[in-house]
Amino acid sequence: MTDPIIDSLTELAPGPAREKWKFWLTALLVFVVVGAAISVPLIRRRMKRAARLQEQSAEQARRELTQPVPMNPSDPLVKAKLFWLSDSDHSVLAPLTVELPLSSDPVLRSKQVLNTLLAGPVDVELRTLPPDAVLLAFYILPDGTAIADFSEALAISIPSGIASEQLAVDSMARTLEANVPQAKRLKILIHGQEAETLAGHVDLTGTFAVHIDASQAPANPAAGKVGALVEPPLTAGHSTFKLARR
Amino acid sequence: MLLDVGNSHRQRVLAICGVASLFLAGAVMTHASQTPSQTQQAPPGTASPASAAAGGQSATTVPSGSASGIQNAQGGLSVVVLDPAHGGTDPGARGTGGIQESEIVLEFTAEVRKALDQQGFQVVQTRQANDNPSFDDRSAIANAQRNAVFITLHIASTGLPGTVRVYVNSELPAVTTATALIPWDRAQAPFLGLSRKLGDLVQGMLTQRFKGSPDSAQTAAIRQLRTTAAPAIAVEVSSVVVNDRADLDHMAPGVADAIARGVVAFKPLYVIASTRGGSP
Repeated sequence: MTDPIIDSLTELAPGPAREKWKFWLTALLVFVVVGAAISVPLIRRRMKRAARLQEQSAEQARRELTQPVPMNPSDPLVKAKLFWLSDSDHSVLAPLTVELPLSSDPVLRSKQVLNTLLAGPVDVELRTLPPDAVLLAFYILPDGTAIADFSEALAISIPSGIASEQLAVDSMARTLEANVPQAKRLKILIHGQEAETLAGHVDLTGTFAVHIDASQAPANPAAGKVGALVEPPLTAGHSTFKLARR
Repeated sequence: MLLDVGNSHRQRVLAICGVASLFLAGAVMTHASQTPSQTQQAPPGTASPASAAAGGQSATTVPSGSASGIQNAQGGLSVVVLDPAHGGTDPGARGTGGIQESEIVLEFTAEVRKALDQQGFQVVQTRQANDNPSFDDRSAIANAQRNAVFITLHIASTGLPGTVRVYVNSELPAVTTATALIPWDRAQAPFLGLSRKLGDLVQGMLTQRFKGSPDSAQTAAIRQLRTTAAPAIAVEVSSVVVNDRADLDHMAPGVADAIARGVVAFKPLYVIASTRGGSP
């Protein structure tokens, strides 16, 4: 049994005409295949680029929303001490003195120094905080507790480990200690929420000592050093008096 | 299964089934609370402390007076709780060639376990497979043991490769409850002094073997240690960022031997005089 359409085409295109028709059909197919082979990777690349641009613009929008507090040139230049990794030993912090026009307002001043800390030193290997982390909000409570709310990048991009996480916290606490006397202790939030740990190790449920005397406040009589956890981390989830089993 | 009975009978059957299933659920939960992990092995001759927590309460007592403390000390250190960190959906640090901290710490734990077995310690692990118990679950396993120390094992993604650091928890507010019970959230507080001694001893052994490691234990606010009611340390090996995974594998026997020798050296110092307030 033959196909009536092919039969009719065969009748319409006898001998050399049929050959010509086959040639053009083959040429068309080759053209389509070659065209697809060339254009598909190009389309894919363009889609990737568009996605990347979208991501970048989202990040840009986020950064614009949380615009770092601009340095006001009319503010007096202050020798600020910022704590990054030591050049000679990457397992400890070292102060670096930088002249910055810092506000006298403790909240603005804290934002300025923490944003400078986030921007990092010239030598990127001495960073303590990931470059894509953003300080979303910062305020100081009347009792001297400084609340710093960071984007999730702080938790996601920080190198995992006890040492790197503790150095990150210490760099913030010691930088605040050196530049903002009003900040007594530091509470770190991630995207507005209390996190159990920074990246699986260091405890973020309490507050960290910024000025030594903060750790000796009547409610929290623990002795400690800057960066030490000073407050009993009795959070909402742990507000009941849980007891160790033994 | 549906029973073809009248309305009142059906309600009665459903009520009986409901009550029965509640009892069953209760029994299962009680059993689960008594055995926080299948990997846990209760030390012989000790009553399960979880029995005090029957009824789903998360509270039980900690021996605090000198009498019970001395009783503990007479038993001497006999159990080591090993905690391979991370696991499950949390791979921990990730290094070159797909190296994952959660996998490597399991291998290190196996080596440490072997070394401690040889020294006559009973070893309890918080996990043995690729699962991720919560911090509190891991602490619960440790806190259910008597005469135990707790060691959590980590591999960092930073630090000088081939070095090992020991950490103890940073200072915590002293425990001042009138009832002599230790708050779960600060369970480590009374043990910080002992933890420091254990940490320094283990660090000393590690430093002899792995040059470039610190001379003494460091302090850090480590979530896992805070809720552990026993001398507790974290051991962190550097690092997952190595050219060849074999470099890390070669470290395992040395780390295991140093930890075991550190725990042996700590054994005579293991005296819990009092768990109330400050460091013993």
